[in-house]
Amino acid sequence: MATTHTVSFKLNGKPVDVTVEARELLIHTLRERLAHTGPHIGCETTHCGACTVDIDGMSVKACTVLAVQCDGADMLTIEGLEQGGVLHALQQAFHEEHGLQCGYCTPGMITRAYRLLKENPNPSEQEIRYGLAGNLCRCTGYQNIVKAVQSAARTLAAAQPATA
Amino acid sequence: MTPASFDYHAPRSVADAVKLLADLGPDAKLLAGGHSLLPMMKLRFAAPSALIDLGKVAGLRGIAQSGQEIHIGAMTTEHALLTSPLLADKLPLLVEVASWIADPQVRYKGTIGGDISHGDPGNDHPAVMLALDASFVLTGPGGERVLKADGYFLGLYSTQARADEILTQIRIPIPPAGSGWCYSKFKRKTGDFATAAAAVQLQMKGSTVARVSIALTNVGPTPLKACKAEDYLVGKPIDNATLNEAARLAMQPCSPSHCQRGSADYKTVIAGEMVRRALQTAHSRAKP
Repeated sequence: MATTHTVSFKLNGKPVDVTVEARELLIHTLRERLAHTGPHIGCETTHCGACTVDIDGMSVKACTVLAVQCDGADMLTIEGLEQGGVLHALQQAFHEEHGLQCGYCTPGMITRAYRLLKENPNPSEQEIRYGLAGNLCRCTGYQNIVKAVQSAARTLAAAQPATA
Repeated sequence: MTPASFDYHAPRSVADAVKLLADLGPDAKLLAGGHSLLPMMKLRFAAPSALIDLGKVAGLRGIAQSGQEIHIGAMTTEHALLTSPLLADKLPLLVEVASWIADPQVRYKGTIGGDISHGDPGNDHPAVMLALDASFVLTGPGGERVLKADGYFLGLYSTQARADEILTQIRIPIPPAGSGWCYSKFKRKTGDFATAAAAVQLQMKGSTVARVSIALTNVGPTPLKACKAEDYLVGKPIDNATLNEAARLAMQPCSPSHCQRGSADYKTVIAGEMVRRALQTAHSRAKP
């Protein structure tokens, strides 16, 4: 017997209510019920990271979390990064540094890098590679992805007023 | 890949979770971080009738010192272990093992209690719990009982926890100051389970070993304690000859199964090499 639940959470700043079966994976709720198709379905086995979203300050693979687990959550997807028609520094940097080729991994890659830079605003190359180890890219060889994250880190640091 | 249907419960207290577990019976499963259970359910290796989500239960997260022990709530995530200043100071072995588990996204969700309770010999915490002589607090309808990690793991997906009990806390004695530590893990790629891994906690007295714990991951149906290697090393220096003999003795209890990570013989040799490397690194970190 399928049981349904009404789940409420904040998605890119806006409150949403959605009714789901307990077994529904968050990635399907986002893509099929809430029309947020930025997070992609890649491997469906927690390996590739294409479905990465940000939940309550954590990078999470949306293929391995149930929508019902997200009641009360504050969620950010790639759709929420651009503000008022201006790309986020990470989006701009991936564009400028050629941090993508086919683009399939990019939403997950950028959403993960967003949390990485929140936690560590000035990461070393090694810290970027370790911090993005849960996101697979089959095109770029990662070199330009690392450059893009470094570039975005510099942009974000320059935009911050110097603190004592 | 969607799991089969199940009922979902999100209790807010340990008492409510214990009651639900008793009421729903053995077909119900506890949901911790979900990064072992949900993949198994997606592949239909598991089809529980109900999930009891511990994610919103109060009081199951956190790391604190209590006397000469560290107490860790079972729902504490790998990410929290990795970034804990208290653990970096008192139990760096636990920080090192967390750094080798899966990938960042999985570490935000995966929990130490889930890793232990799953009973998978490929998981990394069980061997580390043996090496650190940890105890587990199990909460059931009759109250709490505390069991030693040594003897807790019975076989593949099987532990001493009864069907109506929840692992609520992990208690670890703080090793003496100046101890050396290392978790040496051989894996094919990020996110993979260990081909073999070794956890070492080492205490030197002058130039010889005063006390050493050695435990192995993924080379048998349970994590293994390399008792003969431990006994051999006590009173001896750490040098090439003793490292070789300790590695040889540590390989004796290994009985890994053949899989895509390699043959049983290969994995056993890797386990010996992980013991050698873990001892070397622990020795370099220990103060006489």
